[in-house]
Amino acid sequence: MLKISNLEAAIGEKQILRGINLEVRPGEVHAIMGPNGSGKSTLASVLAGREDYEVLGGQVDFLGQDLLELAPEERAGLGLFLAFQYPVEIPGVSNTNFLKAAVNSVRKYRGQEPMDAVGFLKMMKDKMKLVNIDQSLLSRSLNEGFSGGEKKRNEIFQMAMLEPKLAILDETDSGLDIDALRIVANGVNTLKSADNAILLITHYQRLLDYIVPDFVHVLYKGRIVKSGTKELALELEEKGYDWVKQEAEALA
Amino acid sequence: MPTAETTDFKQMALARLADQAASQNDQQRAAAQVFARLDAPTRKHEEWKYLDLRQLLGQSYQLAPAQPQWAAIDPLLHQYAEDQANVLVFVNGQYAPEHSRVVSNPAQVVVCPLAEARQKYPDVVAAHLGQYAQYGDHFFAALNSAWAANGAFVWVKPNQTVAEPIIAHYVTDSSEASTLVHLRNLVVVGTSSQCTFIEHYNSTPSAFGGLTNLVAELAVGANAHLDHYKIQDEAANASHIGLTQAHQQADSRYYNTTISLSGQIVRNNLGISIDGSNCEAYMNGLMVLTGQTLVDNHTAVDHLKPHSQSNQLYKGLLDGRSTGVFNGKIYVRPDAQKTNAYQSSKNILLSDSATVDAKPQLEIWADDVKCSHGHATGALDEEPLFYLRARGIALEQARAMLMFAFADDVLARLSYAPVRDHIEKIIAERLRWQD
Repeated sequence: MLKISNLEAAIGEKQILRGINLEVRPGEVHAIMGPNGSGKSTLASVLAGREDYEVLGGQVDFLGQDLLELAPEERAGLGLFLAFQYPVEIPGVSNTNFLKAAVNSVRKYRGQEPMDAVGFLKMMKDKMKLVNIDQSLLSRSLNEGFSGGEKKRNEIFQMAMLEPKLAILDETDSGLDIDALRIVANGVNTLKSADNAILLITHYQRLLDYIVPDFVHVLYKGRIVKSGTKELALELEEKGYDWVKQEAEALA
Repeated sequence: MPTAETTDFKQMALARLADQAASQNDQQRAAAQVFARLDAPTRKHEEWKYLDLRQLLGQSYQLAPAQPQWAAIDPLLHQYAEDQANVLVFVNGQYAPEHSRVVSNPAQVVVCPLAEARQKYPDVVAAHLGQYAQYGDHFFAALNSAWAANGAFVWVKPNQTVAEPIIAHYVTDSSEASTLVHLRNLVVVGTSSQCTFIEHYNSTPSAFGGLTNLVAELAVGANAHLDHYKIQDEAANASHIGLTQAHQQADSRYYNTTISLSGQIVRNNLGISIDGSNCEAYMNGLMVLTGQTLVDNHTAVDHLKPHSQSNQLYKGLLDGRSTGVFNGKIYVRPDAQKTNAYQSSKNILLSDSATVDAKPQLEIWADDVKCSHGHATGALDEEPLFYLRARGIALEQARAMLMFAFADDVLARLSYAPVRDHIEKIIAERLRWQD
């Protein structure tokens, strides 16, 4: 589904990704962990098409297409979804109107007819339950004045509405209390299927108690320096990152 | 064809005033004398420094009303539903009774052309007309005050809530030659009454530009509420110079929303005198401009009494080579303690050639007040744009959504839905021109 080969990227003069290799197949959950500044969020941004980053080299194939050649909206249309680390507040754009525009845009890319109002409202009602989101939030401006937890739940709600093939969750768990974390994780687990895949970018092992990954990767200085199964996350939790860093430095 | 007698604007205006001299009243005669002493403003005048009026004042104008081209005018009058509204129509400053209608109960409110009110309600007219719009050294306002200009007259009796808005359509039809139109509106809202007054300025498309010279006075009585919109959507070669002056008595609310969509040179002077305590004044403005349109908004709120609040919010979406000006004045007089006065102007430049000049001017003589002002001009924010695109929304649609969102808090002030929907439709069409 997703194949990243030797991906290098920079912001301004500063190179952050130094040759990422990663393959994600349908039905898989991958977790990417790593110390601060290792390039986790940069990877998410480059995959979603944020223009501040310059791709210096490498390839990304997503469902048979050269992902790096596509505009952000085309990537979304193809089935890529980024749950933002910091969801943007947009005063004056109602949550509902935004969702309708997004759902119908994505349907258009997929060659589907736009949804009618009744169908859209029904879909919204169904998906709202998934993340326990309140109707009143949806009639407000997008993310405006939402609490941290509400914003993150809203990201997962959008994911549910857009039904992506690959969802990248960029530190969706950071800053959540345990109740909100459970709601978010439960939403993600419900959306998980044999046809889609999830890339979890996280700082904390705790999330992986709730969303169990098939693979765990450690990102350090712009490279994946270690990969393993969920036990690796527990080991990191216990021992910290120093031993991985030392291993990586020794190899370099 | 410009002739010697019409190429000089002031000479032309003086000649025309001389023709009217026999029928002038004292007020008009006094204004004519002041006008005769004033020079047309140039960019050397601080108040006019953003406007180059030479071309406007150098061209010839037809003064006698032309035969209106109804085929072109009619569509401008029926752009939104008005079944539940009072409608007054003026074409080139002339009242068009066959296109106007009054639906409100005359026991609640009088709606008629000012010329008729001068005859029928001379006391009300005398008590208010010319009492608020001080022309001082304002060249165009002095000329307007000297002229026997017609326009809308609205008189709401005390303790009346007028459910039906009063919509005045002003159409300049310059299909034969450039037309100079003088308009004069007077709205008097009695104690504890409430109404909505909507001015809508349009012009027929033509090779000739026209010039509208407007003075509007609004007297908001004690505990009254006036919702007032000024909608400008004149042709790209038509110009408009307007002075709008409101006067508020104690416990009153005056909400002004000024929407500027098109024109060549548009000057809006909006003044409010808050002459009583516990008043609320809103001055909301939106410019959505393209081409070479220049819109110059000058606001001035004068807090004369304590415990009142004023809010100015002016926003602009500027494309092409358009120019927006916001000059906002706040005066807080020594007696006006506990005043809250806020001012904000925000603009988004959609092209490299569009410009905005913003200038706040606060003069505060009272010491226990809260006043603030803020001005920001920039391009559309990248982060929200990326967020929308990352959800599949195409670039152009995402831009349009954000521009609409930007305009939303001003548009939300248009509580009469047919007008709001109409303006939103115009803006949506305008934003689509972007791609």
